[in-house]
Amino acid sequence: MTPYSFTYHKATSVEDAIAQLQKLGDEAKWVAGGHSLIPSMKLRLSAPEALIDIQGLDELKTISDGGHEIHIGALSTHRSVETSSLVKGKCPVVAKVASGIGDPQVRNKGTIGGSLAHADPSADYPAIILALGATITVQGPGGSRSISADDFFTGMFDTALEDHELITRVSVPAVGSGAAYAKFGNPASRYAIVGVAAYVEKDVHGTCTLARIAITGAADTVFRASAMEEALVGKPFNEASISAAAGHAPDESDMLSDLSASASYRAHLCSVMAKRALMDC
Amino acid sequence: MKHSISVTVNGVTHEASVDARTLLVDFLRDHLHLTGTHVGCDTSQCGACTIHIDGASVKACNMFAVQADGATIKTIEGRASNGTLQPLQESFKEEHGLHCGFCTPGMIMSAADLLQHNPNPSESEIRHALEGNFCRCTGYHNIVKAIQSAAQKM
Repeated sequence: MTPYSFTYHKATSVEDAIAQLQKLGDEAKWVAGGHSLIPSMKLRLSAPEALIDIQGLDELKTISDGGHEIHIGALSTHRSVETSSLVKGKCPVVAKVASGIGDPQVRNKGTIGGSLAHADPSADYPAIILALGATITVQGPGGSRSISADDFFTGMFDTALEDHELITRVSVPAVGSGAAYAKFGNPASRYAIVGVAAYVEKDVHGTCTLARIAITGAADTVFRASAMEEALVGKPFNEASISAAAGHAPDESDMLSDLSASASYRAHLCSVMAKRALMDC
Repeated sequence: MKHSISVTVNGVTHEASVDARTLLVDFLRDHLHLTGTHVGCDTSQCGACTIHIDGASVKACNMFAVQADGATIKTIEGRASNGTLQPLQESFKEEHGLHCGFCTPGMIMSAADLLQHNPNPSESEIRHALEGNFCRCTGYHNIVKAIQSAAQKM
């Protein structure tokens, strides 16, 4: 399958990438790993007139220690996140999520910035980014700004990114324990039919003081399971309270329904996967 | 508009002129006549087109040839030398790791990527590493055995 014709350009810096996109107009797109965009172009669901390749921007590929957080460059591949000793040491749940995205060939090309900007409703990264309350740094023609994960995902394939804004890095808190991700994946694509990421904090008595539970794959965008979170906070963090909280499945009418899973099955999976994730926290 | 590219494939450098929309897999098969890299699903799921770019396994149906400018590529044709099969290829033959053989080039390239990072993988690690490669004949069992056998030899 061959896409429609387009012109191909390479960016030499973040500023150059933004300038080229402004110059080439509304039908131009940046391409990073290309693992969502290129299949969509081949199916002719997407037909950009110009591609600006940003894969050569090495300054967006670093993973660095920011003390209480880790800064992951937007062009870090899933493979580089999965194998980073820094990520594995200071925020192992993010390395684990990366290791389950797609398959090895996909992980060698796909990037964290591309995944978040694309905001596929079944992608893995959005769930853990939202559960951990990560911060997404973007650069646009007017400079850079930070967007909290809570404000970033706004709908199906839709985000808080403005025109001509490029994700430059993702900062995840250094969370050594208390976080987990459980995915019921499509056996062919490995996309999440339902994936639940959870982050909990407990006090010295084992009482849950904070719970952030984010669900991907189930609805038109990743979302916080607030009823589950509220049911956990203030309770002793044990199997009984986890089961009770996970029982607060989202409303079936908000769930996606397709050939992989019906809406009612997805709602059920939200409870099952939430329990698994929480038991792993 | 055509783009001039230079790629090194199996040790041989090729200069070519390609359209932006020419897929890398089509460039390998139709321009360089390296037809061992197969097109299966053409939707970046089945892995039959897996090759190595700068040492890492990639699905060649999911990138453009112009993006490979300057890259070092290895395809299935680059594995055997002078008719002598490499241990992985030998093991696929010995362990009956193929039936129709369509998926085999991609399977071997994925397995080679696994073994270069993990010379002694467990069965579950092998199965995890093959998640991007579909076989519709063997049920994977003998493919896993072939990779285990190759790991022992290498």
